[in-house]
Amino acid sequence: MADSTIAANAYIPFLEKKGIWSWLLTTDHKRIGILYLVSISIFFLIAGVIALLMRFELLTHNADFVSPHTYNVLFTLHGSVMVFFFIVPGLAASFGNFLIPLMIGAPDVAFPKLNLGSYWIYLLGTLILLIALLQPADTGWTFYTPYSATTGTDVILMTFGVFVLGFSSILTGLNFIVTIHKMRAPGMTWHRLPLFIWASYATAVLQLLATPVVGITLLLLIAERTLGIGFFDPAKGGDPVLFQNFFWFYSHPAVYIMIIPAMGVISEIIPVFARKPIFGYRAIAYSSLGIAFISFLVWAHHMFTSGISELAATIFSFLTFLVAIPTAIKVFNWVATLYKGSIQLHSAMLYALGFVFLFTIGGLTGLFLGALAADIHLHDTYFVVAHMHYVMIGGTVMGFFGALHFWYPKWFGRMFNESVAKLSWFLVFVGFNVTFFPQFFLGVQGMPRRYATYPEEFEPLMSLSTFGSWILGLGILIMLINLISGLFKGEKASQNPYGSLSLEWQVPSPPPLENFDKIPQVTEWTYGYGKKQVPVQTGQGSGGLS
Amino acid sequence: MTWLPDVASNLAGKVDGLLWIITIISLFFFVLISVVLVYFSVKYRRKRDDEETPYITGNGTLEFIWTVIPSVLLILLFVYGFVVYKEMRTAPKDAVDVTVIGKQWLWTFEYYNGKKTLNELYVRQNRPVRMVMRADDVLHSFFIPDFRVKQDILPGRYTQLWFTPTKVGTFDLYCAEYCGAGHSAMLGKVRVLSPEAYDIWEKGMSVDGQAVASTLPPAELGENVYKEKGCNACHSIDDSVLIGPSLKGLVGRAGELGDGSSYIADENYIRRSIVEPQGDVVKGFQPVMPSFKGILSDQEIDALIAYIKTLE
Repeated sequence: MADSTIAANAYIPFLEKKGIWSWLLTTDHKRIGILYLVSISIFFLIAGVIALLMRFELLTHNADFVSPHTYNVLFTLHGSVMVFFFIVPGLAASFGNFLIPLMIGAPDVAFPKLNLGSYWIYLLGTLILLIALLQPADTGWTFYTPYSATTGTDVILMTFGVFVLGFSSILTGLNFIVTIHKMRAPGMTWHRLPLFIWASYATAVLQLLATPVVGITLLLLIAERTLGIGFFDPAKGGDPVLFQNFFWFYSHPAVYIMIIPAMGVISEIIPVFARKPIFGYRAIAYSSLGIAFISFLVWAHHMFTSGISELAATIFSFLTFLVAIPTAIKVFNWVATLYKGSIQLHSAMLYALGFVFLFTIGGLTGLFLGALAADIHLHDTYFVVAHMHYVMIGGTVMGFFGALHFWYPKWFGRMFNESVAKLSWFLVFVGFNVTFFPQFFLGVQGMPRRYATYPEEFEPLMSLSTFGSWILGLGILIMLINLISGLFKGEKASQNPYGSLSLEWQVPSPPPLENFDKIPQVTEWTYGYGKKQVPVQTGQGSGGLS
Repeated sequence: MTWLPDVASNLAGKVDGLLWIITIISLFFFVLISVVLVYFSVKYRRKRDDEETPYITGNGTLEFIWTVIPSVLLILLFVYGFVVYKEMRTAPKDAVDVTVIGKQWLWTFEYYNGKKTLNELYVRQNRPVRMVMRADDVLHSFFIPDFRVKQDILPGRYTQLWFTPTKVGTFDLYCAEYCGAGHSAMLGKVRVLSPEAYDIWEKGMSVDGQAVASTLPPAELGENVYKEKGCNACHSIDDSVLIGPSLKGLVGRAGELGDGSSYIADENYIRRSIVEPQGDVVKGFQPVMPSFKGILSDQEIDALIAYIKTLE
């Protein structure tokens, strides 16, 4: 599809250079991608271990492992680290950095130095967080006022860390938007772009427009704590619900910052291993933009019980149901792509199929929470915890693991052990469901979230959930060992082991320094799999050929 | 069905109807998607490496169908959710008001006739009742699963909800909005009394219309008070330290107060700590305990002290 022959003798893989400064001062998007990948993975593991500690405390209904206050600190850390340090930068910063220039046929992102600057800002934010860990806050990752304005723990440092991180997110978003607009190779029209690029674009817009709001909100909170300005304190004429409005105005779009890149990953993996063009290219591409747009208008569905007006609740409920439509369209299109395919159940494909399965559960259980009267009962119970984890782990983390297994040979030039990868997928999949599925029932029964101790009647399901977390933890541990040992002992990967048509697979593994010897000339879309001579059916959704 | 909690208010059945409809629709789509997913994955599994696949890029009719059908269903769900919500939010005119005050980590209920209860809400079966609620410190949330009602409570503003309890019995009340170290201990009970029992309770003749508390031996009554009035949220009876000091071995304990003076815990110290808790705060603890003056009777305070004496 692309004219990108590489002169063999000029090939210098981007991983060639050694030494700490070759990493910390690099402007190569692939190296910056690795820096993010390593950083977010470390935070993922830290927050994961904290989650295991929390679940261990919840094994029995009494506070017999840690005190209630310590438990509150643990869930605050788990949420904040997972959200702000792992899953928000997550796929966008790691795989987005690695893939965007490669997929669109560019030598790098539009502003390579700014890209490095974004990573340094991220590092600065993590540094502040690590200092904050010495005296961690107990507010929950949502920092709701007035509690966060009055608690004796150190809220300021932690929120300041998140504030700093925001700039990294904003600048990365800006960089990606410009890159996708200006750096596409000749012939790489919008409708030939891989869907991961569409997803990254939608994500970048959200990062750019929504992140400033959370930054401002956290500054207001810091001002309230340090200067005593009553933005949110009713005694001084402030409004605690205002904080929630501000917070969710960012944090709901942020949910889509987390999930849309994973949707992009799935749209790349499924066609390759089904050897079929993606079904409904335009429907998937535009639904990413549609989700991004509507996501700005649904924030108050986190607040149906908060004391907002009934009219506001009704409008936000309606808009929330609208966002389900583009999401459903994506799921149907992924499943339809499998039709008459030649499906190879590679570990990356298993993660992709696992994503579709779990994300469907996550999406459908969202309907319960969007419906007003049902949400009144389920809000702030374990039902929400389960729903949110089905979307975030079942969705985003499955997408992240899928991406890791899919682009691993391209990124590192080696293979991992496929049998071990399948085993760890199985453990992750089973462990995840055993952990979180019982929580739907707990929530319907009325078990509130963020409870260090709980009524004894919930103990059987709570213990089951804790057992599940051990299986999930074991699966991730095995996956980690497998991927790390592959870096050293794995066999060398070929240029294009899965027969993908996407541009990144048309360069050697690992890619050379500036990606392409010569900027490729693109003549066709990315999903031209299958026998084209006998087109079975082409319809409205068949956009790619324009 | 046991997956839903008890149906104990007029609203519970209506919310359950909505829950059931969404469950059925969700199950349908879940089964549809997973069966097709697994069926395709098995049927079209790659057998040879050179298999040919058709070039199918989309189908306008299908896209249309799977956009329109979910859209219609989603709008119907929205309407159903709204209709029940509207009823939940509209209290009937004859509803009796109860003032609810949420405070770290206690519930106080004030009734129209001046009665006050702590952590126990008394309501009459089949009479609509409206909670007018405010918080004294941070956010809390009033949640009774068996009634399917929930509403956040805010400082500086009233929020409200209503229900008609339909079943006589005792039901759990939870705080559902995170409010600090004692959040998971901020539990209450809703006691739904039959109209006859409620009348007796309202006239103050006895609690519950059942055995009067005073017939219990003091230490036993004290233990009930300790559990039911929320002392246990902050004060353990073993060696663990929660929000406040442990009550184990309290009588005769000597120590230092926050202001540097010293104390010895005798009957008067304990009594003063209950009715004027901001007075003598033990060093290392925050002055967060509310006063129980007027909430606990003298008899109950006597009983509490008797109970604490048993905790050696």
